[in-house]
Amino acid sequence: MAKKEVYLDNAATTPVRKEVLREMIDYFNLYYGNPSSFHNKGKEALDAIQSARKKIAEILNCKQNEIIFCSGGTESVNFAIKGVAFANKEKGNHIITTKIEHHAVLNTCEFLERDGFNVTYLDVNKNGILDIEKLKKAITYKTILISVMYANNEIGTIQPIREIAEVAKQHEIFFHSDACQAAEYLDLNVNNLGVDLMTLNGSKIYGPKGIGILFKKENIKVEPLIHGGGQEFGLRSGTENVPYIVGFAKALELAQKEREAESKRLTELRDYFIEELLKIPGTFLNGHSNKRLPNNINISFSDVEGESIVLYLNEKGIYVSTGSACNSKNLSVSHVLKAIGIPYEIAHGSIRISLGRETTKRDINYTIRQIRKTIEKLREISPLKFAKLK
Amino acid sequence: MKMKKKQNWFYSETVKKHFFHPKNFITDKEAKKYKADGIGVIGNAVCGDVMKVWIKVNKEDERIKDMRWQTFGCASAIATTSILSEMVTKNKGMKIEDALKIKPADIVKNLKYLPAIKVHCSVLGDKALREAIKDYFLRTKQKDKLIKYFNNSFDKKGG
Repeated sequence: MAKKEVYLDNAATTPVRKEVLREMIDYFNLYYGNPSSFHNKGKEALDAIQSARKKIAEILNCKQNEIIFCSGGTESVNFAIKGVAFANKEKGNHIITTKIEHHAVLNTCEFLERDGFNVTYLDVNKNGILDIEKLKKAITYKTILISVMYANNEIGTIQPIREIAEVAKQHEIFFHSDACQAAEYLDLNVNNLGVDLMTLNGSKIYGPKGIGILFKKENIKVEPLIHGGGQEFGLRSGTENVPYIVGFAKALELAQKEREAESKRLTELRDYFIEELLKIPGTFLNGHSNKRLPNNINISFSDVEGESIVLYLNEKGIYVSTGSACNSKNLSVSHVLKAIGIPYEIAHGSIRISLGRETTKRDINYTIRQIRKTIEKLREISPLKFAKLK
Repeated sequence: MKMKKKQNWFYSETVKKHFFHPKNFITDKEAKKYKADGIGVIGNAVCGDVMKVWIKVNKEDERIKDMRWQTFGCASAIATTSILSEMVTKNKGMKIEDALKIKPADIVKNLKYLPAIKVHCSVLGDKALREAIKDYFLRTKQKDKLIKYFNNSFDKKGG
């Protein structure tokens, strides 16, 4: 008997859509050529990449040579930040970012700090939103790059990207945005957004893992990270991952085509889910109530610990992730929850629930029941009684 | 080719058993009526682990005849307290002097396996028990034992 499974960890990764798989499959063994080869097999592969690039350029409203394929979100972020930093050293050595970025951004910035760059990590408010005035104050004549994520991976908060872009433009500073979590639900038109560089990846948009892009305006100088045969306009060497590039383009196309309807559907489900969960005493929503991704819920339960909740739910076939501490790899409280001022006691009891294409109201009702039971049971075992005091 | 045995879990089967079916924990309702001979608390919510232990001691032979507990923490924290309560109370109960010798490694051994990163949690199980025993010595005014085991006299409990 197949056990009931409810996958609510779509912010971690999504399954590959059938339409995407179907599109990819022939590029493994039928059109397997190397796009650099000077024969028909090579041409087939080259055509596939070009048509994928064209498709993506149309969605992003940019030029084709502004899209650089790479191995995923992390590489794209590394490329954007290090690439701009190394190539624009003579202009300055100051970078501005926020305290709630993905580790790909934070650890890249820390690496650059060891290499003589100065980085300002801006605070966000209690909802996780960047204050534009703080950004303006942080700018110096040495600032070369601002990197602020479009939407946060833990609490789903959506940043005022256009306003940030305007500030960056006024000061002639490059603006990069990590849009990995946003791509499924938000506008990606780079002209609307005003970004100079933008990171996207396949694994959050029902495409394959191990593929992503960096959008980079053509006039921006970047230093390549990977040297070799000069693929991707000499900016990212290595034989192109043709099937994944094809899959990525298809996934992005579907995501953007369906995003409005899917956003509407999931926003309703999300708000219903949150409303039901908040009926449990001692429960707090982390992040902004509506400036958040349609699929993101990050919620804290007092007196219980996140990992315990996740494992109890796992036993019921419900897959969510700890919003914070004490997970299998990392014992420290989430830097995002810390940055928005969630007290440690509360942060320990947080989980992230991220809905997806497959999520139904029935799944949600089942999950709510199981969460109620789990919290009740774990609170019975717990010596902390904050929820009862309320 | 033989399929590898499906490994679903980060924790051992024993941890899993004690986590999902914890033994000897005490509900708030029970705790109100429970006539404990010693109570100990260790840890803090900021760090993410708190354990509270209640014990009943057989005065004649100083064996721990009952140990109850409550734990706030991750799976390993809950499982370690649960298995500790079994270790301490089996075979008519452990002698207090032996219970004081329990080391984190003994608890881990009983759980079969605990991921290295989680071992710090089990350190708390034995410490919470020690606190409860200390409380028992205080309540029964056993000054000599407080000095012997806790290097302490009649000053306030806790540490």
